[in-house]
Amino acid sequence: MRELSLNVMDIAQNSVTANASLITITVNESDKDDFLDIFIEDNGKGMTKEQVQSVIDPFFTTRKTRKVGLGIPLFKMAAEQTGGYLTIESQVGIGTKVHAHFVKSSVDMTPLGDINSTVKILIQCNPCLDFVFNHSTDIGEFTLDTRELREVLGEDVPLSTPDVLEWIGGFLEEQSDIIYGGA
Amino acid sequence: MKSLAELQAIRDKAKLELNMRHENPDAIRVLVGMATCGIAAGARPVLNAFTEEVAKRNLQDVTITQTGCIGICQFEPVVEIEIPGEDKVTYVKMTPEKVAKVVNDHIVNRNVVTEYTIGAYK
Repeated sequence: MRELSLNVMDIAQNSVTANASLITITVNESDKDDFLDIFIEDNGKGMTKEQVQSVIDPFFTTRKTRKVGLGIPLFKMAAEQTGGYLTIESQVGIGTKVHAHFVKSSVDMTPLGDINSTVKILIQCNPCLDFVFNHSTDIGEFTLDTRELREVLGEDVPLSTPDVLEWIGGFLEEQSDIIYGGA
Repeated sequence: MKSLAELQAIRDKAKLELNMRHENPDAIRVLVGMATCGIAAGARPVLNAFTEEVAKRNLQDVTITQTGCIGICQFEPVVEIEIPGEDKVTYVKMTPEKVAKVVNDHIVNRNVVTEYTIGAYK
C-alpha cells in the first residue's frame, strides 16, 4: 500500500463485514513527539482470542478467515517497519479495536496520504452505517460524526446523496487545512 | 466554511429531487472492487473518478458502490457495470483516465467499451 489511508480503508472494510453499525477512525499525529497513531474501532461482532491471532499471521489464515486475508498483516508491517507496532483488542459481541503506532520520522514511514478521501468513500459506500472521524495534530483537531449530519438531514436524505458527499468532502478539506497549519 | 445550515439547504433541495424520482427499476449499478487487492491496485481514485463523472453529467439513477474481491486480483482495479436487462460487464485494469470513456460510451450511450473488458485481456 502506498498510503496508510488505503490501509485504513481496507481495515474499516473488515468492520463493515463484521456487521458494525458504528465505526470510529482516529488519527493522532505529532511532529513534536514524533508519532502517528491510527485507531479503527467498531461495534461489530468481535473476534475470539484465536481469531485475533489468526488475522495477524497471514500464513495461519484458514479458509474460514480468508475474508480477512492480508489486510492486517500489511498494516502491521507498515507500523513495524517504522519501529512502531499494531495491536488488536476484540471481544465477541462487543467489537474490535485496531491500533497502529508509527514513528513518524522513520525513513520507512509510509505517508498517511489522502485520509479524507478514505473517510468520504467509506460513507459513500456504506450510507446506512455511522462513522466518526477524529484527526488531531500539534496545531488542532476536528471531528466528523455522521450521526450529527443524519440529525440535520432527517430520514429521507441519505448520506450518499451527491451534494451531501460534496459537503462532507469540503468540510474535511477545510478542517484538515486548519490542523495542518494552512488556510 | 462548511456549516450545518448549508447542509440543511442541501437536505431541502434533495427532498424535492427525491420526490421526483423515487425508486427506478432501471437503476444502473457501478461496482468497484475494494478488497485489499483492489485498493492496493488503485481502486480508490477509480471510484472517485466515477463519482465525479456521474455528478458532472448529472446522471440520475446511477449508483456507485464497492464490492469485495471477486478472485481476479491480477486484473484489479476491477469495475462491474450492471444495467437491468443487459449482461453484466466486467472492466479490468481500470484507471481514472479510462472512466470518462466508460461513463460516456457504456452508461450513457449503451455501447460496451470492449477494449477495457476482461475479454480483451484473457
